[in-house]
Amino acid sequence: MNNSRHIKHLYARAGFGIRFEDLHDHQNWSIKKSVRKLFKASEKQEPINVLTENIDLRPHPAIQTDEEKKMVQEERNKQEKALNNAWIKQLGETDAQLREKMTLFWHNHFACNIGNAYYEQQLNNIERANALGNFKTLLLQVSQSPAMLQFLNNQQNQKGHPNENFARELMELFTLGRGHYTEHDIKESARSFTGWSYDGKTGTYAFRPKVHDDGPKTFMGNTANYCGEDIIDIIVANKQTAIFISTKLYRYLVNDIPDNAHINQMADVFYKSNYEIKPLLEFVFLSDWFYDDKNIGNLVKSPVELLTGLNRQFYISYQNPDVLLQFQRTLGQVLFRPPNVAGWPGGRNWIDSSSLMYRMKIPSTILNAGYIDFTGKANPEDEAYLASVRKQQLNVIKKVQAQPNWDKFMQEIPQDATKVQVAEFMLEPSLNKTVTDEVNTAPDLKTSIIQIVSTPEYQLC
Amino acid sequence: MDRRNFLKNTALASGAFLIPSFLKPLEAMAMGSISGYKNLVIIQLSGGNDGLNTIIPYGNDIYYQKRKTIAINKPDIIKLNEMQGLNPNLSALKDIYDQGWMSIINSVGYPNPDRSHFRSMDIWQTGSEANQFLTTGWIGRYLDSNCQSCKNPYTAVEVDDTLSLAMKGEKMKGIAVQDPNKLYQTTREPFFKDLVHDHGDTNLNEDNLGYLYKTMIETYSSANYIQKTSKTYNVTCEYPLTGLGNQLKTVSKFINSGLQTRVYYVSLSGFDTHVGQQNQQGRQLKIYGDAVAAFMYDLKQSGKLDDTLVMTFSEFGRRVEQNASNGTDHGTANNILLFGGKLKKAGIYNDAPDLAQLDNGDLKYAVDFRDVYATLLDKWLDVNNSQVLGKGFKGLDVI
Repeated sequence: MNNSRHIKHLYARAGFGIRFEDLHDHQNWSIKKSVRKLFKASEKQEPINVLTENIDLRPHPAIQTDEEKKMVQEERNKQEKALNNAWIKQLGETDAQLREKMTLFWHNHFACNIGNAYYEQQLNNIERANALGNFKTLLLQVSQSPAMLQFLNNQQNQKGHPNENFARELMELFTLGRGHYTEHDIKESARSFTGWSYDGKTGTYAFRPKVHDDGPKTFMGNTANYCGEDIIDIIVANKQTAIFISTKLYRYLVNDIPDNAHINQMADVFYKSNYEIKPLLEFVFLSDWFYDDKNIGNLVKSPVELLTGLNRQFYISYQNPDVLLQFQRTLGQVLFRPPNVAGWPGGRNWIDSSSLMYRMKIPSTILNAGYIDFTGKANPEDEAYLASVRKQQLNVIKKVQAQPNWDKFMQEIPQDATKVQVAEFMLEPSLNKTVTDEVNTAPDLKTSIIQIVSTPEYQLC
Repeated sequence: MDRRNFLKNTALASGAFLIPSFLKPLEAMAMGSISGYKNLVIIQLSGGNDGLNTIIPYGNDIYYQKRKTIAINKPDIIKLNEMQGLNPNLSALKDIYDQGWMSIINSVGYPNPDRSHFRSMDIWQTGSEANQFLTTGWIGRYLDSNCQSCKNPYTAVEVDDTLSLAMKGEKMKGIAVQDPNKLYQTTREPFFKDLVHDHGDTNLNEDNLGYLYKTMIETYSSANYIQKTSKTYNVTCEYPLTGLGNQLKTVSKFINSGLQTRVYYVSLSGFDTHVGQQNQQGRQLKIYGDAVAAFMYDLKQSGKLDDTLVMTFSEFGRRVEQNASNGTDHGTANNILLFGGKLKKAGIYNDAPDLAQLDNGDLKYAVDFRDVYATLLDKWLDVNNSQVLGKGFKGLDVI
């Protein structure tokens, strides 16, 4: 008896799914060794540096013609595309799977949607560098990043007329969750964050003492001259923050339906380690309950997880990677464009009648270089661009130009594996009779593999 | 719906091969219930339509002062009353207005308006407060309310290839159908067909896999129902050959063929007019006005006008003062346009926007958009608005 089912599950949740090549090494290993190997592979730091220019730092000409404005907008669009492509590529190719999986978690947790891709790249790198590090460090760096300062209007948060946006989301969405603070706490702590800003000339964090309100504030029942860092200290000292993050992580890694006993265990570990993320993840991956049947093969992959899993599994290279952006749009998850500061709701929210049909069609379309007969809606932020071009349509790619490495994929499949065993390996839920029959009656292995990636089961991890 | 009900409703009670009988919903419902079946058609103008150059407050000098190069010349405006008139590109709507089939609600918005496209559209589609994040849309929650008429995914149809958040509920979601025939063909690909036909009912558990299979089967049968039903009717009226024209033509086909759908959703892009607004917005308004007028005449002819209500909205209006690029930047309150044969208060519903009392250069809202939604929910869709909007809204006396 080997523990391949459990190792498969570990790879599905701690990364973007297992490949046949991974299994060769691992099936006789212990879970413990596999977990250690996953962390080891993620020690590597691979920041994304595709964007080198911050367009906002260009000197502003006093008068700009419409044509010049349009050109700048096009450059911005290009940067955004380049950033999206770079991350999608990294997700599919890097060995640091756990780090990327957690970067994607923080990307959704600290959801940010602004027009400056350079700042988005910076924020993304902060999330990646601290993905497995310390939550409080991560929180502070995110809070002081130009991207978040801009997105949550802290540039406008000044002594005398505080802007509460950041203070509110900090507590509601980043740390404590609703019901664990009062409106008064928001008002008072917003004053503590006055003066937190970034310098428009250098694009770096700058504290502005002149607009900082250094008077006494009453926060969570105590009164002192709290500064922003003090507020974050107090919030993190509250165990509710550990519970809130653990709950969200549980739903990301384990099950949509929270199990309070397991979440409380996680929160204890997290809190006791002073919010170190690595021990928390190790605890989850080494817990018996993580491998319970009900926790296997029951999470709906996000569109990015679905595409990344496929790209990795089949070693796909894209002549025109923009098609992946089009798929993200069709399936409702464009990286760097979360719907709001609460992020993508996830789970069953990914699935409706049309998105499910596309999800079942896209893998075979990619693998067979097929035609695309759907476009998806324009991103709301594309509207300015749409309004500026006469045809009012996004360029739509009609044909996937991609190269899966079938030879490599086929080579890695164990010689004696049957079609059904291949299906069992590639799908996380147990196989039902229909899928088994379909796969069995497929004329050849390649056809059965295309069928496997076109099932409802393949939507789950 | 729990599994037991699902099985009952869909006649999937045995594991044997059979396709649920919600293929035949027409038989399940008394034929009599079809007449007087009311439809709501929502038209979303994406990008933030400039309401002030749509329904123009030409009687107010401030309008001309603030919009030196992009104001519409007085003689060109199609006057509706002493104060407001239509953009000349909406000339097709003049007759619709005169027939009493159009109602204009001025200054619709919400407290603490957000000027980001994403966020404001999110607020309009979910019907949330400005500082609240909902994961379901307002039409989706209407579907969830389990009213008499909303048991099926095709109760709400978006004529598009993807489904908007507005149409997604917790338990129920609408369906996106750009072209009924294409959807039908897609679901009939042999492999999918096999998955639908041969699955045992073991796949229909309450877990996520069961949810996927359920969605797949529902899509399969909805595609069949929509295709079979809609092909019984041919639209004979002329529609402009535009995207929106085609979408509304499809909606007409659906309505006239007796599809048991209550809400239709379509959208038109291209309203984010920061630069060179007059031509750009003019083009889009012409597409919009011509398509809506054709739709209204078509429904009048087929006798469905009294059973149909059209609502047009955009995620925000634009600033009162133009910018330096002959365009306008993101603003706040905006007008909502209603169309239908049974409007209680046709014409201009309330006062033109106040251009003197602004909030940082932006219009102040006078009507909460959720009061408009509440009106539609209570008086048109027969569901108590508090079930959908969380707290109750008073609504308006317009339909």
